[in-house]
Amino acid sequence: MNIDAIQNGIVIDHITAGRGMKLYELLGLEALDCSVAIIKNVHSEKRGKKDIIKIDADIPVDLDVLGYVDPGVSVNTIRNGVLVEKRRIEMPGTLTNVIFCKNPRCICSTEQELKHVFKLTDRKNKVYRCLYCETKAN
Amino acid sequence: MRHLIDILDLSVEEIAELMDVASDIIENPGSYSEACRGKKLATLFFEPSTRTRLSFEAAMYELGGHVIGFSEAQSSSASKGESVADTAKVISCYADIIAMRHPKEGAPLVAAMNASIPVINAGDGGHNHPTQTLADLFTIRREKGRLDHLTVGLCGDLKFGRTVHSLITALSRYEGLRFVLISPEELKLPSYVKKEVLKARDIPYVQTTDLEGSLPELDILYMTRVQRERFFNEEDYLRLKDSYILTKDRLRDAREDLSILHPLPRVNEISVAIDDDPRACYFKQVLYGKYMRMALILKLLKEAGRL
Repeated sequence: MNIDAIQNGIVIDHITAGRGMKLYELLGLEALDCSVAIIKNVHSEKRGKKDIIKIDADIPVDLDVLGYVDPGVSVNTIRNGVLVEKRRIEMPGTLTNVIFCKNPRCICSTEQELKHVFKLTDRKNKVYRCLYCETKAN
Repeated sequence: MRHLIDILDLSVEEIAELMDVASDIIENPGSYSEACRGKKLATLFFEPSTRTRLSFEAAMYELGGHVIGFSEAQSSSASKGESVADTAKVISCYADIIAMRHPKEGAPLVAAMNASIPVINAGDGGHNHPTQTLADLFTIRREKGRLDHLTVGLCGDLKFGRTVHSLITALSRYEGLRFVLISPEELKLPSYVKKEVLKARDIPYVQTTDLEGSLPELDILYMTRVQRERFFNEEDYLRLKDSYILTKDRLRDAREDLSILHPLPRVNEISVAIDDDPRACYFKQVLYGKYMRMALILKLLKEAGRL
């Protein structure tokens, strides 16, 4: 299967197979006017298979969302057909307005325009806790 | 700006320094009676807590300072819908330091993020209550002369009891501690506290429902009240509120040098007959709490450059 190479844009590579659509939704890519390709179950030497997203525009990508949903993905930036940057995305230490605290006793539930902030408290087990009430993210 | 939101905001060394200052205040109260002259403490109590509020107010008055504030949300701008962030910004224009109690967890942190003066968490819902923990630690050190190598029994509501969680977290930083967790099945210590504090640091503990059988091995017995306000369901509260009541008879096998602590208020979980027992420390604990709050106010005002 062939997808045209992009001249200026972003390639999100090494997505865990099956998570491509979820990332597409969380990154809000459906709102873009440019071409976006989600390629599922691509053969991978290391993992067996993976997903890839190609975005035919050099847009800012929310790396926190990527790192939270699928740590280990790569974000490749292409300009004039040349790979200019390749970043491997790890779990972010802090998530701001990516996930939301559901504890009704948390100040988040009442305070006007308070950002929902979660801190990574246990990298090994991928545990994030609300900055304010320390409730564990589901 | 330095604040106290969580007991872990203070290092073990800083807690020891606060205790040294508190001890010095006890020995030389006259040396501190004008220490905060001209300074104002704002007590922002969005839910009633007479005991903690009066402790802060007494602490500031004994340091020669002044107190402004409110004792319930109805008499604050919160009743008009003002945010915690805005309240903190406004009060920063009036006072030198804030002590805040709020029913919502994390509210004092939001205040600290927006205030230009130090903020002390005086209790945020069922979450943190670090100055109670300072009172507990100081009481243990005054009674035992140390904070390490102790067997500490915690009894009652270990699930919702924020003082219990904070005390375990604070004590976990000292060597040779062992915990005996005494509670009904429904009010056991949450698994995350066991996993992230006790197991993570290899601290020995046992869980039991047996108070009397546990007493002979304890250096400290920390009793707690089953709090009505932490239950959504009145039936559950009524069923569990009388789970453990400490009586003279039950104390029969306890050690002579046991120290009994309680964050107060007491409902009926400690018999009044025990109040005269030399092992009862809970009223001394109240006094020690005031001295630790004095030491804390001094420290935070000094670090903020306001003294």
